[in-house]
Amino acid sequence: MMPDPTPLVEMRHISKHFGGLQALTDAQLELFPGEVLGVLGHNGAGKSTLIKILSGAETASEGAIFVEGRKAQINGPNDARAYGIETIYQELALCGNLDAPANLYMGRELHKWGFLRKKAMTAEATKALSRLNIRIQSLDVEVDSMSGGQRQAISISRAVHFDTKILIMDEPTAALGMEESKMVMELTVELKKQGIGIIWISHDIHEVFNFTDRITILHGGKNVMTGPTKEFTQDEIVSMIISGLAVERRTSAAGG
Amino acid sequence: MQFARIKSQPLVWILLVAVLLAVVLSFLSPFFMTVGNMTNLSKQVSIVAILAAGQAVVIISGGIDLSVGSVLALSAVVIGALIQVDVDPLVATLAGLAVGTLAGLVNGVVITRGKIPPFIATLGMLGIARGLALVITKGVSYQVLVPFFLYIGNAKFLGLPIPLYFVVVTYLVVTVMLHTSVFGRHVYAIGGDERVARLEGIPVDRQKIKIYMLSGFLAALAAVVMTGRLAATPPSVAQGIELQAIAAVIIGGVSFVGGRGIVLTALIGALIMAMITNGLNILGISSFYQQVLIGMVIIVAVWLDNLKSQK
Repeated sequence: MMPDPTPLVEMRHISKHFGGLQALTDAQLELFPGEVLGVLGHNGAGKSTLIKILSGAETASEGAIFVEGRKAQINGPNDARAYGIETIYQELALCGNLDAPANLYMGRELHKWGFLRKKAMTAEATKALSRLNIRIQSLDVEVDSMSGGQRQAISISRAVHFDTKILIMDEPTAALGMEESKMVMELTVELKKQGIGIIWISHDIHEVFNFTDRITILHGGKNVMTGPTKEFTQDEIVSMIISGLAVERRTSAAGG
Repeated sequence: MQFARIKSQPLVWILLVAVLLAVVLSFLSPFFMTVGNMTNLSKQVSIVAILAAGQAVVIISGGIDLSVGSVLALSAVVIGALIQVDVDPLVATLAGLAVGTLAGLVNGVVITRGKIPPFIATLGMLGIARGLALVITKGVSYQVLVPFFLYIGNAKFLGLPIPLYFVVVTYLVVTVMLHTSVFGRHVYAIGGDERVARLEGIPVDRQKIKIYMLSGFLAALAAVVMTGRLAATPPSVAQGIELQAIAAVIIGGVSFVGGRGIVLTALIGALIMAMITNGLNILGISSFYQQVLIGMVIIVAVWLDNLKSQK
């Protein structure tokens, strides 16, 4: 949890308004390699807007994004991808009628003169999944016939397969059972070890408290507090989410 | 190759139905399994079969193309009009194919850029293309008596009628395209979940335009065969044939929701429909009953498909 000098991502002075509605005001976010940053706040606090700006689904009205210290222009999902930013969505973003390799390579199929290199993709998919210790008996069945956890595992391995540095996980366990959530979290630990920075968005305070290295809390579109998770109790975190008032600690930096 | 085996199962199933039907019909009538009747059958099936190949791709992508009958007529009329002014038959054919592909392009652009649902967009094209065919000809049918088209319509090569070769090449090319190319993979992805396909960076709009262009091109190819068979290009030709093409695809077992099924089953679907019509004709049963029967077959085919997917 020792932050490197240059963050993987820095979002500075981000503001966003939708017409007259101010969704974000001067919001900040920093993410370091190999850490899990929890982004917290109740509905309408601005966390999903902030994340959408990073993943390219929205563009900020004001502010700048820096990736590994350099200013980044993110105007769409493909821009974000080019910077190594991948997003895993709450609703599983897989085509149920296709198999795992087809999903893994969707939109970036390996091919020769327009013809699919199916064997190469299956071989690569097998490697990619085993690198993350994901066990799926047979790769060539439709994804629809797999469990929620297996499907989320495929989403994750797809997200980290293409030189990903920053992984945004938007409620990755919301649709999963307990066993499967555990599997996803184990997978995330594996990614941490590889130096990937992970942004973890969740409503489950218990999960966030046990699983994240640092947290940043948003309230009314502004940063309330950013700091190491373990310096606070769960009750304090909940109270900050609700009240929007920071609980002071010696090492924590009050944001906003 | 587990995948290929699973994918081929619907083909095996529908093929069994077709063979069974053929056996039953050959027992009911000694005329069914004759060379003459088989030649006749393959000519009858060729037009719908070619259209069904394009329709299958469209339906797998989650869309529908109602305009193929009218586009066929428009392409045929363009060929006929050019032959009328002594244009080289090959040039006329290319022009016809270009017109069909262009109509498909318009369909694709209206659907993707205009955000008009495929049903509406191609319903519009159904009217537009048919209307244009009537405008061009002022309602009269051109005769096409040049050797090139008479050959396509009446000649045989290695004992098999020429239209059959059109069908074989069409299915060969479309099958290879759909199951081994990036484009084919994208067709299945778009049909499976268009939102996901877009999210994962598939150029959905561009691929959809290609899909409707393919359907338009195949409608024009069917027009070439039709022109040969009729030795004329009546602007009212092939009315309602789009419904037969859709029926062939559905009877073949391609999911109407999109994302599932293979193109080859559409050929068998077309064959089953043609055999029913042909068989009942031979048996001397009124053509009114044929429509009733084919309607029932469509419903039963989908019902059986539902039963399969439930278990």
